[in-house]
Amino acid sequence: MKDKLFSYNYVDTPIHRLSGLTKLICFLFLTFAVMFSFDLRVILLVMVFSLIVLKVSKIKFSQIKLMVIYVAIFILTNAIITFFFSPEEGVKIYGTRHVIAHFFGPYTLTWEQIFYQLTKVFKYASVIPLGIIFLLTTNPSEFASALCGVGVHYKAAYAVSLTLRYFPDIQREYRNISLSQQARGLDLSRKAKFSQRVKNSLLIIIPLVFSTLDRIELISNAMDLRGFGKHKTRTWYSKKKLTKADIAAIVISILIFTGTILVSVFINHDRFYNPFI
Amino acid sequence: MTKKINDQIKPEKDIQNVIEFTNFDFQYFSQAKPTLHNINLTIKKGEKILIAGPSGSGKSTLGHCLNGLIPFSYKGEITGSLKIKGLETKDLDIFHLSKILGTVLQDPDGQFVGLTVNEDIAFALENDNIQVPEMKDRVLKAAAMVDMDQFPTSSPYELSGGQKQRTSLAGVMIDDVDILLFDEPLANLDPATGKAAIEIVDDIQRDSGKTIVIIEHRLEDVLHRHIDRVIVMNEGRIVADMDADSLLSSKILMENGIREPLYVTAMKYAGIEVSPELRPGHLDSLKIEDISSSLVQWNNSVHIETPEPEHDSLLELKEVSFSYNGVDQIINNVSFTIAKGELLAIVGKNGAGKSTLSKLICGFEKEDTGQIFYNGDDISDLSIKERAEKIGVVMQNPNQMISKPMIFDEIALGLRLRNIDEEEIKTRVDKVLKVCGLTPFRKWPISALSFGQKKRVTIASILVLDPEVIILDEPTAGQDFKHYSDIMEFVNEVNRLGVAIILITHDMHLMLEHTTRSIVISGGEKIADTRPSEILTDNQVIESANLKETSLYSLSKLAGIEDGTNFVQNFINYEKKVRYS
Repeated sequence: MKDKLFSYNYVDTPIHRLSGLTKLICFLFLTFAVMFSFDLRVILLVMVFSLIVLKVSKIKFSQIKLMVIYVAIFILTNAIITFFFSPEEGVKIYGTRHVIAHFFGPYTLTWEQIFYQLTKVFKYASVIPLGIIFLLTTNPSEFASALCGVGVHYKAAYAVSLTLRYFPDIQREYRNISLSQQARGLDLSRKAKFSQRVKNSLLIIIPLVFSTLDRIELISNAMDLRGFGKHKTRTWYSKKKLTKADIAAIVISILIFTGTILVSVFINHDRFYNPFI
Repeated sequence: MTKKINDQIKPEKDIQNVIEFTNFDFQYFSQAKPTLHNINLTIKKGEKILIAGPSGSGKSTLGHCLNGLIPFSYKGEITGSLKIKGLETKDLDIFHLSKILGTVLQDPDGQFVGLTVNEDIAFALENDNIQVPEMKDRVLKAAAMVDMDQFPTSSPYELSGGQKQRTSLAGVMIDDVDILLFDEPLANLDPATGKAAIEIVDDIQRDSGKTIVIIEHRLEDVLHRHIDRVIVMNEGRIVADMDADSLLSSKILMENGIREPLYVTAMKYAGIEVSPELRPGHLDSLKIEDISSSLVQWNNSVHIETPEPEHDSLLELKEVSFSYNGVDQIINNVSFTIAKGELLAIVGKNGAGKSTLSKLICGFEKEDTGQIFYNGDDISDLSIKERAEKIGVVMQNPNQMISKPMIFDEIALGLRLRNIDEEEIKTRVDKVLKVCGLTPFRKWPISALSFGQKKRVTIASILVLDPEVIILDEPTAGQDFKHYSDIMEFVNEVNRLGVAIILITHDMHLMLEHTTRSIVISGGEKIADTRPSEILTDNQVIESANLKETSLYSLSKLAGIEDGTNFVQNFINYEKKVRYS
């Protein structure tokens, strides 16, 4: 059985060749840039940039289809709820009020609100390709060393690696337990009442917890016996050496990050870009 | 502070007694009595030692004392002295010990911490802050030592049990330890892989001269290759410390609940006085010329008819095929019939499709083509729950099933989920408790039970649903001879109630002794469906199913008996007669 985590697949592209640490640093810089700025122009630029990188890393749409659908639903729901709870947010931010139409009660559609919400939608939409690139082009083995590289303690970083290692095992265990309990008569279908279903799921979770505890004792013994936690630091077999390409990638993302800050400070004098004044 | 002191302690270079227990006692803080009593044991450099004993004999605790898990992870009181390479272990921590003594644990899957083979091998070096170029170099060398250099980036899911174990072995050898400790290395391996593991350990010892300590209760399998001394433990004490020839000639194994090799049992049945002079320790050292005439004579004297099994069909699989993804056939055109009240085994190596087969029978998965009949009716459309009233399944580890704190509730669970009234539940559970010998425990919490008793509870919780077939997945895995016998005794009792039993196993003793028929699955296909005595003497079947030729057959060949299969069958029949009379 070939269970590949996160459907990571090695393809020989400049992005895949970068070290995991580089990709994590770039991901963080670019995400912070987009999160900080409410300037639609900057956000669109970053988004175009990340779409180009997505293209370069040869990720196929079929690989990410499901993720894109979920994200689209999330963004849409978020937009509707934002409008529902604070329809005047845009007016508050930009200080003007250009009414397009009035619906009912407090709900009025304004250009300011549309612009504000559009900015927000693109903010989310530009982070997503970055996340996808990071997840799909980084070897899971490199995750932990990358985390450790940005200052996370190695024990915490290794926990991530262990989760990746044992998650499929636990998943399989869950499935087996669930089936054997269903054979004893457990009904997990919608036919059962909700309260009953919650109660029933305990019948799977309890055995799962106990068999997982057995496993944890074994793993921690195995790790102790091979010297885990002996020193304050550790090295990582899968860590790649930083190359010129890595440095270049980091420099580019730092430039984008500082560029964003500079635009806010010197051009907009605010985190928001205001086209209404 | 202790760290600093430790760094200055260097093991003595040319010490001969690498392990030395003197008047050593150990008591877990959580237990009322000591687990180890007055252990005195010396192991010399380059020796190959087997520590055998039933569960609870203290052999695993002894192993934990050696590798430092005691007192690092399991706390307790130590008295007396244990020196490893001249160093008192009380003064060492687990990290220093792990540089002298490397441990390979029982479960090849659970101890595989890395995401790929090479990462796992490198784990100890990573923890030692070795730089990447040196690390890669040493990993390659260690991988080559155990023949794992073709799969550097394979994940644990792509490897077999034996490959995972070899990876673990490379992972401890990379530190160039002097002593290798194997804690029940055979427990999770199929017979052929277990045999290969014993051979690898032997080869390594011969090439490197390392000291080897193997903790295992499967004596016959370990004795496949040379062992210098066998230490037998029971109830926390060392009861024997001798070479294999003397041990097999003594009564120590029988008295301490360890199974003797089958060929030795056969010799005894043939009236041969087993003595050290016959060199019975290993089959290839055995002085066969002294005993072959007795064996032939005995073989000719046994005449017991095997009763033909009834052919009243209960469950029938007809040309069943299945695949998870539509491409790789996991089960390919398998057909067989199970009779009412039969007891049979389905064997095959890991991944051959035997668990998938049981999932298909229970309705956990749906066959792509073919049909499954129960009492002549097609049951393809029955749900998991409906099939469970006819066919029950008991998982390997009781912890995978037990979800209630009290025994009564656990057994009643299936009935309660079926909304049967409490009055009837009580009658049915009480009846099952009685059948399973659990009545004295009915008010006990499950946590107070032993593994074997928990196993009974899980079987009881299926039995209460009144199925006519029960599938048991590896019912005796990891059990010592006594618990194995207890569990199988119970399974036989259930079988005598008229319940057909399917054992999914790769334990060859189990199929030889307890079944009259076995089905061998290999690569998703049925490659044999016959008596175990024929399966375990058929080279082709043995090879493709990762089984091992039974030592009875090897013995018969050595003795020049022509029909070895018949010899094995005679042995089984004779043994049944001895056991049940």
